[in-house]
Amino acid sequence: MGLDFSVIPGYIDIVLLGCLWTIAITVAAALLSFFGGIFFAVIALYAPAIIRLPFRLFEWVFMGTPLLLQLFLIYFGLVQIGVDLPAFVAGVIGLGLHFAVYNSELIQTAILSVDKGQMEAARTVGLSRGQALRKVVVPQAVRAVIPPIGNNMIALLKDSALVSVIGVSELTLSAQRAIGATYRPFEFYILAAAFYYVINLCMEWVQRRIERRIALSR
Amino acid sequence: MDTDLMLRVYPFFLQAAGTTILLSVLTALLGLACGTLGAAARLSRFALARFLGAAYVSFFRGTPALIQLFILYFGGPQIGIQLDAFEAGVIGLGINAGAYMTETIRGAIISIDKGQREAARTLGLSRWQAMYKIILPQAARLMVRPLGVNLNMLIKATALVAAISVVELTYTAQRYIGSTYKPFEMFLLAGILYMIIIYATGRAVAWLDRKVQIV
Repeated sequence: MGLDFSVIPGYIDIVLLGCLWTIAITVAAALLSFFGGIFFAVIALYAPAIIRLPFRLFEWVFMGTPLLLQLFLIYFGLVQIGVDLPAFVAGVIGLGLHFAVYNSELIQTAILSVDKGQMEAARTVGLSRGQALRKVVVPQAVRAVIPPIGNNMIALLKDSALVSVIGVSELTLSAQRAIGATYRPFEFYILAAAFYYVINLCMEWVQRRIERRIALSR
Repeated sequence: MDTDLMLRVYPFFLQAAGTTILLSVLTALLGLACGTLGAAARLSRFALARFLGAAYVSFFRGTPALIQLFILYFGGPQIGIQLDAFEAGVIGLGINAGAYMTETIRGAIISIDKGQREAARTLGLSRWQAMYKIILPQAARLMVRPLGVNLNMLIKATALVAAISVVELTYTAQRYIGSTYKPFEMFLLAGILYMIIIYATGRAVAWLDRKVQIV
């Protein structure tokens, strides 16, 4: 059948729109996974056992099963219990929770490695345990794990392609739409790959800048 | 929870788990081969090989595995590559995993003290002998654990081939979710099987890691 890249310009607007949705879903899920990760880490370390133990189980299940399977559970499971969320929201929740669990693992280790004296000093000057965590310990821990969290966010971008399977019109599904109209899978998947690659490079660039800023402020 | 239904369909899930395991083993072997070649290229003294190695890692780690799979399976026939879904799954995922393993293997090799190589060369070993007899045996010990992490990711990544209709665990779960409207039960069945596979692999890697340590 051969290759013919001249079909691309006619469908470039669909693919570019898909690109914007991919960026939107990545940013939304990244924010959810970042704050969710902090929240999960605090629960995993400080919540009473009755919350902590079921939570550990949840964490273990999310780390031991594929994201695609989790997306099916969230998307179809929510419908089953009567919550009819748009695919985009289900996708953000699925991606966000999945990576929140991975971020939480990083943040837990970081919280435990913050010097004990920080908590003691904060308590001595009159902060409550919650305040000390929120204002003194957690900010230091989060700063220490920004680089590996950045790697997780880049992995999140690539895994955002999976939400095409539950029908979110992001980059991958947009490419599939264009393929449906042209029967040119190779050209459009390569195009999609190129867009992902460029977004990926931009994220790496931002990551390097943030890391440099953190290094400077130390 | 509908346990009757779960009991009725679990044999299909077991069969699908067999496919997931076969897929994982073949992908891991291909990944290891690609990773070894990739690391050799990235550490080569020839600039062209280094460039090709770096380009391989950069492309396959910089784009989604799902897209790579689609390019191979749906786009392949346009450039004369006809593969069935299972073959495309193994080859696509294997080449993808190889890019991650390249970095793991290369990382282990470059973390071996330079003096080892210099000493070996001074004693009259050739470049190849120094690598094969002195550096690799030491680096191999460092690789086991990070390769185990690659393996864990790879097993979960085999779920992607559900998107090209290979009947493995995730595809089976998806199909039964569609036909029974019991997402939670089906997730539980598939999830338990995935966790057994991943747990067993993790234990095997930990055993191997203990086995290869000198002290």
